[in-house]
Amino acid sequence: MSFQPAKTGMTDPPRTTHPTAAPTPAVSSGLGDRRAQTRARSVTLRNLHAYYGDQHAVNGVWLEFPANEVTAIIGPSGCGKSTMVRCINRMHEEVPGARAVGTVLLDDLDIYGDGTDVVAVRRAVGMVFQKPNPFPTMSVFDNVAAGLRLTGTRGSELRDRVEHSLKAAGLWDEVHGRLAQPGIGLSGGQQQRLCIARTLAVEPEVILMDEPCSALDPVATLKIEELVAELSRRYTIVVVTHNMQQAARVADSTAFMLNGELVEHGPTGRMFTNPGDPRTEQYVTGKFG
Amino acid sequence: MTPLAGIGARRRRSDRVARTMLAVATGLALVPLVLILFYLVKQGLGAWSPSFFTTDPSGRFLGDPGGIRSAILGTIEIVALASAIAIPAGIGVALYLVEYGRDGRFATAVRYFVDVMTGVPSIAFGLFIYITLVLATGFGGFAGWKGSLALALLMLPIVTRSAEVALTLVPESLREAALALGAPRWRVVARVVLPTALPGLVTGVLLAVARAAGETAPLLFTATIVKETTANLAAPMNSLPAQIFSDVGQAQDRLVARAWGAALTLVVMILVLTTLARLVSRRSRIA
Repeated sequence: MSFQPAKTGMTDPPRTTHPTAAPTPAVSSGLGDRRAQTRARSVTLRNLHAYYGDQHAVNGVWLEFPANEVTAIIGPSGCGKSTMVRCINRMHEEVPGARAVGTVLLDDLDIYGDGTDVVAVRRAVGMVFQKPNPFPTMSVFDNVAAGLRLTGTRGSELRDRVEHSLKAAGLWDEVHGRLAQPGIGLSGGQQQRLCIARTLAVEPEVILMDEPCSALDPVATLKIEELVAELSRRYTIVVVTHNMQQAARVADSTAFMLNGELVEHGPTGRMFTNPGDPRTEQYVTGKFG
Repeated sequence: MTPLAGIGARRRRSDRVARTMLAVATGLALVPLVLILFYLVKQGLGAWSPSFFTTDPSGRFLGDPGGIRSAILGTIEIVALASAIAIPAGIGVALYLVEYGRDGRFATAVRYFVDVMTGVPSIAFGLFIYITLVLATGFGGFAGWKGSLALALLMLPIVTRSAEVALTLVPESLREAALALGAPRWRVVARVVLPTALPGLVTGVLLAVARAAGETAPLLFTATIVKETTANLAAPMNSLPAQIFSDVGQAQDRLVARAWGAALTLVVMILVLTTLARLVSRRSRIA
């Protein structure tokens, strides 16, 4: 079975009908309004194992990330949470010697299945990294356009989508006057939102965020968190975080990992107030990790 | 005096001593550089004149010895062809090593042989081409393109090694960012890795070009030394290092002066090339 990108992202009305000119508040403008409440696809992990050579980094995780919800992954350093998330867009296999075993479903499509195109997977499952990593040789505009140009988007459509993505990432008001300047000239928080805009531009359905705020100050962190809440209307979001307050603020549900295993997964409120596993309780109350 | 002040004074003293030593070392390293440039300009400028650049060596024992036009044009042609071979090949090998081969057995072997090639004396490359191509039956004889090949062999490991370093310095996070956008690897290389590494690549290429332009040994028995200007790379071709080599051993002061003039010309050519390439790579980085 060959992997088809989701219908929702591809067969939308012509993009010239976007309300691009409408003055809207920074965060709620753009993609969020245009396709409010669009159902993204869910992600399901079935007995996922991941290895780096002989090292067993993720050990048999079963987990579902419901569509249009924010799921936080918490756990101490080295517990395999980043590795697990990198299996969802098959970035894990880019590390020499790394491999993943098990099933990862995007709705009912097996992303590790035969005939599944890794490029199509990564277009449907976008990723934001720990450290802001805009392309240093590209302008603000080109950074956002980088993924779109791969699919041959050109001209006014390209400009529209760049503008939309920047608006959806809450960055348009700050950068619309300097789109031609280098992306690395922005502040750290702006760079991270630029990276989010770059990810949104290719219209994924799932967004993986690997500790997106760990290199940012509290103000920039707050902006990203507001953005995550906003984006969940349109996307399924997985956030890896070291910061338990952050998980409590942004996530609908939270999963706790330890030593490569999933210890517990549940609604965020319950995970922090009444966890079922003593190890979760110890971790969320700061007894270790 | 308090103990604190005592420590401070000793530290200040050792700091001063260390700084002085570094300044002296830097000064010593600069002495030969400055002397060479000074002598080159002093001796070389005297030989320069409009006809110096526009006439070929006359070969007359008496009268006007002629200029170095054939040597300048020959060097440009030979080095240009050598660069056209060695730069794409060298960057290609480096791309393979960094992006695909990584730490595999084959890549490790290639890396080792590239290192060995870096240490091969330049005359060995000339000799190799001499034996395989100049002495060959059928298409034997001296030719500019054979000189280019010898120089390309010399440039290849320099370009490869420096390009490999430049490509390795491109942060892995940028490759990941591009891959995560759904870019295939060749596209990641073309759109992200190469542009990001460009300044480093240019530096390495310039090193190789400058080195090749100044080499005499690989050219002596491949392109040889002739008087006439030619655009035909299949014919024997003059070059600046070969011309200098030939002139400096002559008994006539005018020919030795021509060697100084030619040496200064070579240095200026490389300086101009370096400056231009740096300007271009800096501009493209911002754009």
